[in-house]
Amino acid sequence: MTAPAHLSAAKTEDIEIRLLLEAIFQKYHYDFRGYAMASVKRRLSQAREFFNCRSFSVLQDQVLHDASMLPSLLGYLTVQVSEMFRDPLYFRAIREKVVPHLRTYPSLKVWIAGCSTGEELYSFAILFREEGLLERTMFYATDINPDALKRAEMGVYDLDRVKLFTENHRLSGGKSSLSDYYTAAYGAASFDKSLRKNAVFSDHSLATDAVFAETQLVSCRNVLIYFNKDLQDRAIGLFSQSLARKGFLGLGAKETLRFSAHADGFTEFARDERIYQKRDRS
Amino acid sequence: MKTSAPAKSAATPATPVEAIVIGVSAGGLKALSAILPGLPRDYPLPIMICIHLPPGKKSIVAELFDDKCALSVREAEDKEPILPGNVYFAPPDYHLMVEPDRRLSLSSEEPVLFSRPSINVLFETAADAYGAGLLGIVLTGANNDGAQGLSTIMLAGGTALIEDPAEAYQAAMPQAAIEACPGALVLSLDDMAQYLQRIGQTMGANA
Repeated sequence: MTAPAHLSAAKTEDIEIRLLLEAIFQKYHYDFRGYAMASVKRRLSQAREFFNCRSFSVLQDQVLHDASMLPSLLGYLTVQVSEMFRDPLYFRAIREKVVPHLRTYPSLKVWIAGCSTGEELYSFAILFREEGLLERTMFYATDINPDALKRAEMGVYDLDRVKLFTENHRLSGGKSSLSDYYTAAYGAASFDKSLRKNAVFSDHSLATDAVFAETQLVSCRNVLIYFNKDLQDRAIGLFSQSLARKGFLGLGAKETLRFSAHADGFTEFARDERIYQKRDRS
Repeated sequence: MKTSAPAKSAATPATPVEAIVIGVSAGGLKALSAILPGLPRDYPLPIMICIHLPPGKKSIVAELFDDKCALSVREAEDKEPILPGNVYFAPPDYHLMVEPDRRLSLSSEEPVLFSRPSINVLFETAADAYGAGLLGIVLTGANNDGAQGLSTIMLAGGTALIEDPAEAYQAAMPQAAIEACPGALVLSLDDMAQYLQRIGQTMGANA
């Protein structure tokens, strides 16, 4: 029996998507080949519609020959949904359980991996200032999307989002008022430059790049869910290499090391908040 | 053909069902309580459920049904393999998707039709993974999420069931699904529960 039409159509689309991702990698060195398919397919379908392309093959043809399409295509391929102090209990656990360990270091390096538009970086910077750690901390905020990195570096957010940020900050055990850290004007909240004085914003891919520094804390939340198992393992391997002995790894509320090849290298430090500690190998 | 099912409550799909997806909103706990607890522990199909809940709170829905049901019920974990006899709820504030290799994945992409989790997102990705082997169900709700997804399931050759709007706690969601999917079976919750038990037995007998 021949396959029903819908089945062969779906297969063709999957082939086209794999070829498109390969083309983007070979031409522009952005590697989405290890991204989880269901979500990539959804987002590429939106991009295909936006660019008015009949098929993913047509989109591939266009993006290969017109580099100006890339920034907007990257906007579709990378998910930029973030908020300050997202999952307040995560930040409360960082404050109450992780910070006491971090205090014992004379200087600290913290990696915010997949920082998107910077909300998480500013959350950490504010928390660290409240805890008196900011002056001794170097932050690395990395992402593959240059537009997101630019916005992260600016630290300007719509004022109508700040109400949620303020509530999150309070629930995280914030010791000051969030309004101490931004100035509001023209419907936007502009966060204090001093928060990013020791922050480096940098292009870095968890799919293709290597480790660049030894860190005491890596926070990478709601990034791994977009990766397939192999790419998840690669990324977690990078975090493991980067972390000092007994360093901390914070993941998203629904992310876990349980299925990872690196699970043995970590202990569950704060289970509900998905904070792991690298084992002290002897 | 499903569209000309002779006796609605007696009909079973032509293609063997491999997985079930359910979308439900307002009134969902009660509707699911009419369906899930009747299924046996060795039910041969996996069930994935998207229920609209207020974000920012830990949900106890999965625990609640795990207590009530013979099936194993829990919140979905990212990249976990989908197993028969298991019920997976979308966690609040995440989309639940099915990967082509039939693992679950989560996403915090933008809400769709103001909803995260979105029924349409679950249904469309599951239709892609299971094709004609998917059974989609739309239950009570006060919005129109699920209509588009259910129509995608039917386009892929899958089967669609909709709760009778006349008995639904909120009729809007089933009504929208009926309009988008004229060929779907419209059943009362009792008939739906029997339908699911029956396809389970059919599958079990074939296994």
